[in-house]
Amino acid sequence: MSSTATTIQPGEGAPGTVHVHHDHHELNFVQKYVFSVDHKVIGIQFMLVGLVMFVVGGLLAMAIRWQLAWPGTEMPVLGQLLYPETGKAISPEFYTSLFTMHGTVMIFFVIIPLLTGAFGNYLIPLMIGAPDMAFPKLNMLGFWFMIPGLILACMSFTAEGGAASSGWTAYPPLSTLAQSNPGSRGGQTFWLMGLTFSGVSSMMGAVNYVTTIAKMRAPGMTLMRMPLTIWALLIAAILQLFALPVLTAASFMQLSDRVLHTGFFTPTNLVINQVNSEAAGAAAGGQPLLWQHLFWFYSHPAVYIMVLPAMGLASDIIAVHARKPIFGYKPMVYSMSAIAGLGFIVWGHHMFASGMNPAMGMTFMVATIMIALPSAVKVFNWLGTLWGARIQLTTPMLNAVGFVSMFIIGGLSGIWMAATPVDIYIHDTYIVVAHFHYVVFGGSVFAIFAGIYHWFPKMFGRLMNETLGKIHFVGTFVFTNCVFYMMHQLGLAGLMRRTADPYAYEVFHHLKPLNQFISISAFCLFAWQIFFVVNFFHSMFWGKRVGRNPWRATTLEWTAPSPPGHGNFDYQIEVKRGPYEYASAEVDEDFHMQAERVDG
Amino acid sequence: MTEAITAYDPAVDAPAHHHPVYDYDSGPPVNRGKFAIWLFLATEVMFFTGLIGAYLVIRMGTPAWPHPGERLAVDLTAFNTFVLIWSSFCMVKGVEGAQQRDRGKLLKWLGLTVFFGAFFVSVQVFEYFQLLHHGSVPNLDLFWSTFYVMTGFHGTHVAVGVLWLFLLWLGSLRGEMDERRAMRIELAGLYWHFVDLVWVLLFTIVYLM
Repeated sequence: MSSTATTIQPGEGAPGTVHVHHDHHELNFVQKYVFSVDHKVIGIQFMLVGLVMFVVGGLLAMAIRWQLAWPGTEMPVLGQLLYPETGKAISPEFYTSLFTMHGTVMIFFVIIPLLTGAFGNYLIPLMIGAPDMAFPKLNMLGFWFMIPGLILACMSFTAEGGAASSGWTAYPPLSTLAQSNPGSRGGQTFWLMGLTFSGVSSMMGAVNYVTTIAKMRAPGMTLMRMPLTIWALLIAAILQLFALPVLTAASFMQLSDRVLHTGFFTPTNLVINQVNSEAAGAAAGGQPLLWQHLFWFYSHPAVYIMVLPAMGLASDIIAVHARKPIFGYKPMVYSMSAIAGLGFIVWGHHMFASGMNPAMGMTFMVATIMIALPSAVKVFNWLGTLWGARIQLTTPMLNAVGFVSMFIIGGLSGIWMAATPVDIYIHDTYIVVAHFHYVVFGGSVFAIFAGIYHWFPKMFGRLMNETLGKIHFVGTFVFTNCVFYMMHQLGLAGLMRRTADPYAYEVFHHLKPLNQFISISAFCLFAWQIFFVVNFFHSMFWGKRVGRNPWRATTLEWTAPSPPGHGNFDYQIEVKRGPYEYASAEVDEDFHMQAERVDG
Repeated sequence: MTEAITAYDPAVDAPAHHHPVYDYDSGPPVNRGKFAIWLFLATEVMFFTGLIGAYLVIRMGTPAWPHPGERLAVDLTAFNTFVLIWSSFCMVKGVEGAQQRDRGKLLKWLGLTVFFGAFFVSVQVFEYFQLLHHGSVPNLDLFWSTFYVMTGFHGTHVAVGVLWLFLLWLGSLRGEMDERRAMRIELAGLYWHFVDLVWVLLFTIVYLM
């Protein structure tokens, strides 16, 4: 099914040999766009699926916001769709499913597929000068393993008792015993299987990315000439390789606790809803905390899997649109490595309130606060890049700068809540919700938008509309802050997360207007994305036609045609210099392409 | 200051009709497939670390953990362990045969590897049936919970390995004895040795300790 051009077998041909192909095998529609082995098509597939799931996850968030502003009342439009049985109002059980599935969808089927799946696939071969991934068929398989994962996770809604409702963290025994909550009757099993498929998909991708970056760089592309996007994707892939299998192992243990009634995470003499799990035939004596350790051993690094590629994208975009070399390239590389390394030894900061030896708490706290150092190096380097630059306020640049500013807010609150005494007080309040949404929505999502606006011309040969793009950015930026900044206030007032009707407690009555403000802002934020959707599809067909290098950027992907054909580059290239050769005002040409043509 | 966005210029921007395909090799002096299989084995190491780590935590946290000798047929599994280690030796000879382009040697030793691997899985399935027959089900207590999940995942890995090696054996009945075949067999061999190594660990901590 693949033409000769993509399948370079191991050991075939001496390094640096060049074969020129003139023959083109005609591929049919299915080979070209559905079961494609071309990294660019797979990248775009990941992007489209990720964006569709973004809408799904967003709708779940809208339902959550409806409930928090007007609990128990009929929800217009969505209510009929989601929950027709109870008069279109959200039941507490269903609310629990909503936030569980919102988190799961957004993390595993939106952010990770968009960053590592879409940008990883699309950009890695292009930016290092390779014709494709090291293993194109494995790459295709990676995409097609995510699809059943996604379907299984969504099928969770059809299960008896409704969708998984133990939170995206799936703490046992809530998640393992059917009597503990409705979502644990059947939904949780679908949830676990969906997660496992998406994990296998990520693992295949990660093996492929690391091999491609190690083995397939163009002549002259030394490690320290790689764009920061590639460094970020490489480090994120290494994180996936070493952290993800632990979650897979833990998920299998939870699955066996649910299906075979083993007792990994079920303590002795546990009675929930009048059911003693041992008397009901389950093994016991296990440790619920064990799951939390295993889960966060993956899921804390996962936070960096979600933010490091965003940092890489933003670094590249800022350098291009500021027309300046990135400030401190090597510190950027080392700081990303440090963030990833420290990311492995800080998982316990999610568990301060779960109970642990104070010495352990102290260790996790100090390690966590240390992450502020490399993060601050990055922030100052972005600011240093912007300082005195000839900033072009294009849509990608606005979004990239949006990323930096939001990451600062999310990062600072992270340092503060890493302190054990603070964390124990604010644990499970809306402060935490505000914090991680600043990092994942304010951070990763803005970087994803920046990346889409920036590389769209490469993907489709057409520019996205700048005016619509700016309108989209401004509204998104304002409403994002209206939604998530205010959540800090809710958290300080003590409002707990994951509560279907907080107003059942009289102390929270005064927070209702603020919650309504947040919800209205959230609906506006959701509705505002119509500007992006219209822009995206309109520009795909009718956008302004652009050439190889519309942004006058230096990196290798801009050497190839837009969109690049099969095999990516239409002439032989050699990398001559680093990725950020944006010159000063002293020379006429303000940038030097990283690669030069060497075949005449 | 120049215009922010460069317009389309057919002279430079139109794609050329031919494209060179590069076979670069920028990385460490090791075959691409071998590099990837080592990465994959690293993920496998982390997977089994998760399982074994959970086992150790649970076992240390349980006041009275039964001695495995009272519950498991250690002699049978010790013999089975020997068979699996022997199969690793056969694998080495098989890879050697592939590298010497010696079809007879490859088929003989790879065939023996498949046979011993299949033997190992069969004995394990037999052991499972015996245990289940005597009422030692996974939900009886934590000993059996951990036993079935750990040995089950290892057994699945062996079964996948047997299938993989058997397909390679079938493929080796005909076709060119070349570098690519030798490499494919070597890669499967790496996986096979890894699976054996994990078993030595599992046997020690589950059956002996």
